[in-house]
Amino acid sequence: MELKKILTLLAVAALLTAGCGQKSEDEELMEAANGAAKTAAVLGTASVSGTVSLTGKVPGTALFSVDADPVCKAQHTGMVKDETVITDAKGDLKNVMVYVTDGAGSYPAPSASVSLNQKGCMYSPHVFGIQVGQALEIVNDDPTLHNVHCMAVTNDSFNVGMPNQGMVTEKKFTKAEAPVKFKCDVHGWMHCFAGVFTNPFYAVTGDDGSFKINGLPAGNYTLVAWQEQYGVSAPQTVAVKDGEAKSVNFTFAAAN
Amino acid sequence: MNNPLISYQPRLHRFALLTAGFTFVLLLAGALVTSTGSSLAVPDWPLSFGKFFPEMKGGVLFEHGHRMIAGTVALLTLGLAIYTQIVEKRPWVKKLAWCALGAVLLQAVLGGVTVLLHLPTEVSVAHAGLAQIFFCLIISLSLVTSKNWIEDGDRRIKSTIGSVQTAALVTTVIIYFQIIVGAVTRHSGFGLAIPDWPLSFGQLLPTEWSWAILLQFSHTRVGAFIVLVLVNWLSFKVCTRYADEKTLFWPAASAALLVWLQCFLGILVIATEKSIVPTSVHVITGAALLASMLVLTLNSFRLFQKEQVS
Repeated sequence: MELKKILTLLAVAALLTAGCGQKSEDEELMEAANGAAKTAAVLGTASVSGTVSLTGKVPGTALFSVDADPVCKAQHTGMVKDETVITDAKGDLKNVMVYVTDGAGSYPAPSASVSLNQKGCMYSPHVFGIQVGQALEIVNDDPTLHNVHCMAVTNDSFNVGMPNQGMVTEKKFTKAEAPVKFKCDVHGWMHCFAGVFTNPFYAVTGDDGSFKINGLPAGNYTLVAWQEQYGVSAPQTVAVKDGEAKSVNFTFAAAN
Repeated sequence: MNNPLISYQPRLHRFALLTAGFTFVLLLAGALVTSTGSSLAVPDWPLSFGKFFPEMKGGVLFEHGHRMIAGTVALLTLGLAIYTQIVEKRPWVKKLAWCALGAVLLQAVLGGVTVLLHLPTEVSVAHAGLAQIFFCLIISLSLVTSKNWIEDGDRRIKSTIGSVQTAALVTTVIIYFQIIVGAVTRHSGFGLAIPDWPLSFGQLLPTEWSWAILLQFSHTRVGAFIVLVLVNWLSFKVCTRYADEKTLFWPAASAALLVWLQCFLGILVIATEKSIVPTSVHVITGAALLASMLVLTLNSFRLFQKEQVS
């Protein structure tokens, strides 16, 4: 009887150990990516910068109402500017993601997390980049409920509820994928985009349409720009030497 | 002669009608969830944001509202099933009531699964398809508990236009199939795969075909045409030959009106680029059309059955 008990306990312990030791497929993929990243080249000293602009008839700024939720309405005065296409007076495009598609190796994920805020029933930032394995910290700064619906295709999609102000949730991506759309199904106007990369060579254009990618090792690279309405640009190649700063500009054509 | 043991139960019939009414509202609520893009506004299930009753705003209003109405319908169906067991004498009606309860419970699980798995097309289509079957079960219960069905149960008439019941049954099945094709088109996001109507990309037939175009074409052209012709042909025959037989005339006449309304709404869905109101009304009009043809089928089986056998 005693022996039976001991054997049962041992069997349970063995099962628990086996269960605890098992890794999910995603964890294994992430570890493999990080393993490969450790052997990749270290950051360099070259950089690529430039501007993304829109030619043709630049669309006017679209406005929309957030009155459906009184909490959202209280945080804005009147209509809210749509962030799909934002240009300055010269037609330079904001919120364009520029990234390397060819020539860069894999790099380990930074320890610092990327923050995605829900404030005033808007996502901030509207477009952002993140590395595979890097933590994405999603924060609800609004005193209203949101759901964060990540519509990833290559990565696992997720849909989490964030009903309370101050709630924080952390997520990680296991594979490269760009773009990844996020949306809130509670507030139909809320959406944003992420680019998930295996290297840190990406940037999002600012108010003046400019971007700068730092830390490139000497080599040949292919870059593209992605904009949520106009899609992916034609690729451009650039060769950089150590310490060199090169310029690359992208142009999207607006429908006339 | 009617079975003296089976008597009309007005309360049971009214209870069934009430459940049918709520189910129709539930169908509309479900259609609105998809049309407004609110299907995942509440990410958890069976609770909503971890609560029984979250703030009803934005997409939550539609999704949680759908859940609340569904809960009411489930309770009504449970009550109907229990009440049927108490007052109903016909064993097959009792079984029908249990089937309805089983269907609504399975439907709830499918609704939860489709939310938790982020709307896989097959689960969402199964949810949409079972919704119609459940509605048909409740409509059938309402019909077979009606005064006319019970007290006029032994009367038979001779068919003068061939097998009405077979034609009605075939039409009902085809309408259901057309609804399923519509559900696949809708939940796959192929509703505007062909953006114009009646032409396809400005031509009689699409020059290029894909699954999306094939599905949308099948639903909006082929299926719609077959249903339109079948319903009108059958309704015309029934309404002209059996104008005095109200249990046949009214469902047939309703179906004829509904099928035209349904086609008009389908065109409106495309013309307004899946605007919320016409798209949602298109879903419930489809259900009403199916219900009308089901009632015609059941009534025709009841009226013509003995004559056909003899």
